[in-house]
Amino acid sequence: MDNLFQRSLEDLIKGFRLQLLGESSFISRALEEIRREVKATDLSTKSTALHKLSYLAAIHGVDMSWAAFHALEVVSSSRFHHKRIGYQAITQSFHDQTSVLLLITNQLRKDLNSVNEYEVSLALECLSRIGTRDLARDLSPEVFTLLGSSKSFVRKKATGVVLRVFDKYPDAVKVCFKRLVENLETSDPQILSAVVGVFCELASKDPTSCLPLAPEFFKILVDSRNNWVLIKLLKIFSKLASVEPRLGRKVAEPICEHMKRTVAKSLVFECVRTVVSSLSDHEAAVELAVAKIREFLVEDDPNLKYLGLHALSIAAPKHLWAVLENKEAVVKALSDEDPNVKLEALHLLMAMVTEDNVSEISRILMNYALKSDPLFCNEIIISVLSVCSRNAYEIIVDFDWYVSLLGEMARIPHCQRGEEIEHQLIDIGMRVRDARPQLVRVSWALLIDPALLGNMFLHPILSAASWVSGEYVEFSKNPYELVEALVQPRTDLLPPYIRAIYIHSVFKVLVFCLGSYFSAQESSSGSSSTVYESILNLVNVIEIGVWPLSGAYDVEVQERAKNVLGFIGMAKQDIAKNVNLQDNDAEACRVTAFMEDMFSEELGPISANAQEKVCVPDGLELEENLGDLEEICGKFLKPVESDSVSCTDKISFSVSKLRIRDQQEASSSSTSLPAKASSSLLAEHRKRHGMYYLTSEKNDPDSNGTPKDYPPANDLASEILLDPLDPKRKAKHRKSRPVVVKLDEGGESRITTSQAKTKQESVTDDESLSRAIQSALLVNKKGKEREKCEGNSNLVVQEEETSRIEKPQNSEKKKKKKKKKNGERTSGKHRSRRRSEVASSSEQVEIPDLLL
Amino acid sequence: MIKAVMMMNTQGKPRLAKFYDFLVRCLPVEKQQELIRGVFSVLSSRPENVSNFLEIDSLFGPDSRLVYKHYATLYFVLVFDGSENELAMLDLIQVLVETLDKCFSNVCELDIVFNYSKMHTVLDEIVFGGQVLETRSDEVMKAVEEISKSEAASNSISLVPKSVSGWRGGR
Repeated sequence: MDNLFQRSLEDLIKGFRLQLLGESSFISRALEEIRREVKATDLSTKSTALHKLSYLAAIHGVDMSWAAFHALEVVSSSRFHHKRIGYQAITQSFHDQTSVLLLITNQLRKDLNSVNEYEVSLALECLSRIGTRDLARDLSPEVFTLLGSSKSFVRKKATGVVLRVFDKYPDAVKVCFKRLVENLETSDPQILSAVVGVFCELASKDPTSCLPLAPEFFKILVDSRNNWVLIKLLKIFSKLASVEPRLGRKVAEPICEHMKRTVAKSLVFECVRTVVSSLSDHEAAVELAVAKIREFLVEDDPNLKYLGLHALSIAAPKHLWAVLENKEAVVKALSDEDPNVKLEALHLLMAMVTEDNVSEISRILMNYALKSDPLFCNEIIISVLSVCSRNAYEIIVDFDWYVSLLGEMARIPHCQRGEEIEHQLIDIGMRVRDARPQLVRVSWALLIDPALLGNMFLHPILSAASWVSGEYVEFSKNPYELVEALVQPRTDLLPPYIRAIYIHSVFKVLVFCLGSYFSAQESSSGSSSTVYESILNLVNVIEIGVWPLSGAYDVEVQERAKNVLGFIGMAKQDIAKNVNLQDNDAEACRVTAFMEDMFSEELGPISANAQEKVCVPDGLELEENLGDLEEICGKFLKPVESDSVSCTDKISFSVSKLRIRDQQEASSSSTSLPAKASSSLLAEHRKRHGMYYLTSEKNDPDSNGTPKDYPPANDLASEILLDPLDPKRKAKHRKSRPVVVKLDEGGESRITTSQAKTKQESVTDDESLSRAIQSALLVNKKGKEREKCEGNSNLVVQEEETSRIEKPQNSEKKKKKKKKKNGERTSGKHRSRRRSEVASSSEQVEIPDLLL
Repeated sequence: MIKAVMMMNTQGKPRLAKFYDFLVRCLPVEKQQELIRGVFSVLSSRPENVSNFLEIDSLFGPDSRLVYKHYATLYFVLVFDGSENELAMLDLIQVLVETLDKCFSNVCELDIVFNYSKMHTVLDEIVFGGQVLETRSDEVMKAVEEISKSEAASNSISLVPKSVSGWRGGR
């Protein structure tokens, strides 16, 4: 009687649409109702409640995992209607952590064996979406039966489920694979397309294991007329051809045939894509493909245009001629309204960049950038930056032009790529000596423009500009204006760390000017008053500009400001006594000279691998743990006689220095008691709270997994970078191109292209799956081999024959390691034969590692 | 494989959402709703007369693309990866819409709203476990009709409450 008054799903939906406010309250009321109803014993009531719940979960995001057990009850009903609702609920809400997952196995088994094909299909669908390892294992016999069922409806769906089963439980391959392969020969096109779809997925995960089936695929490729099947086959061959190049030769012809004959654009596109990505060595095929691409490019349909450009960009790396042929179409596409098309066109244009046309192309692109929306504008900027900086700027001949381009980019209104531009400005400054004057000029232009200070995306550029101006101040034409720009009040808008850089640059400029003033003083007999005036002006301007910052909140800014002001204070007195400055003992003179020295030595870029090149000297233990710290500390707590303390004077490793300093302070103050006290304090603490201390590795033999990366501080300290490595300098003598300092491989590619696709492989699963497939295929092939050719004779009757024999060999030669490699060919047949025997005898294929 | 099938209206309300990708299915329901909202925000900013493809790596993981089609007030969205052909997926949306049309005769959004389970039946015949199973709409129609018939058959019994079935003497 209950369900006569129960609201059905339609009522629920109607009610939902009719109520005007309180959507969430409506839902919560409905939920309460459902909770009550679902506990009823009557299956109809339960199922209607469940139906409503799954609707709410799917459309309104309500959590339904609490109803898992009820779903199970509903599914066990004999009525199809209830079963459907139950399975729908289960498929939607069950996942790997559902606790009642175990209980479903039996129900699934019952339904899989049912005579009603629709119940079977419900169960199959459920399995395909929630299948776990246990479910797959327990139900693979049933799936095997269904794969051979007479009803094509069922067989189709069983094929669809196979993928999930294989994925979760690779051993199922042994059972089901044969039937799957048999289905390849079916005449029913829908089953065929399902099977081929499954193989497509398997091939993308591991092409080598499907290689033995290539002959069957080839047959279907030549015979079939069904577009869906052909598309999937093409994808399979694309993956297979990349591991087995000879396959490409065979397959190129049928593919060209299809390309010429078919009307379906999807098939044409797939052919083109296959040819261009995997068969790119076959000139005839590629030419045909490029012709087809051209047809796509001139279509009006934006989809086809986009796909044509996409195919062209796949072809670009190996066949640049194709891109160059279609240059006008590409440039036209830059101004298309479709963002996809624009992006593809941009990438293609970047692929065409060479030394000669880089300035022209950049000019075109900058114009586009000014006119475009922010997203595309930044895409343009980042692609220009990445192409130009590739391989340490190998494409740039005229650095002056490039540096001014960088400055121009900073002026583009939508530019948000400040960091990359900053990096390149500094990078070029360090690597290319000859570009420094231009750099300084461009930086000066950027610094004096007050409008740029307001744009926070440009702050990194400004920081680079100020650093460059300070570092290479000797190239600047007018230090006075530079300093004015650096201390202008509007720099308040900058964040503190950039202001600190500004102040430091001011300092460098000041030192430079003072240095040249003093040296001019010494060389000439007297000073002209104008020079004196100007240097005094400079110093005053700096003092006025920096003085407010000495009270700044930020520590860095404050410290640097005070440094500058202190230096000025000292120098001012000596400037004032300008007349008798022949006296070389003038303090300011000496200090300035010292400072100049400090700024004049250049810190070159260091390769990221530099540290590894320093050989670890004997006696240096890098792996010892810190548990011995007490002993080591104890050594250094002794006062100054120990010579290891003296060498630590040169150390830059701050921690050890601090410790030494503390210890020295401790020891220099009255007694050594405080020093001893510190170590004994440690011991005391350890005694009291021993359980919280990590055990030292020496006492704990089974903790060898713990990372040993805390070297004893003082041992390491004596080794630090006293000898910086010289960067390798490669001189490039090419048409008066300036010298670019290059290093070895470390860390060159900074910008990662967004097109790099990472394929995540679950290593162990894929491995076991592919091994299982290979062993299954081997069993098949062994049977066929014995029929066709006797023993291990080298019959080369047809190429297909050889390829069939050799392919099982190749499939065996799979490495048992993490990375996939192309199969290596061996010459020794006897070796392979022994292996195949071994393989067929044992269940698990033990693939020997060839490269050991 | 096909990672997801979605239908949403031009206000962003989901009308149907089915996820086939193993990883997405394990997400809690709120995350799935977020995905739907994410897709909607990307779609609503697309102008007319542009291509129907989008890269959607940020939402569905690497190598994910989607194809969408705008029919009246509905967006039909298919999310797939590199093992499906883009134009074929576009065709698939066409097949789906045609089938729905045959099913409901001049289908409109309300039909989809009120016939939640039938929608799922239709979809389950076309896409199964992430693979395309059937591409001929008449075959799909046949199967869907069969299923509805057997459902109706099983449903007619339930009109009679248990307590009176004995009195009625069964049908």
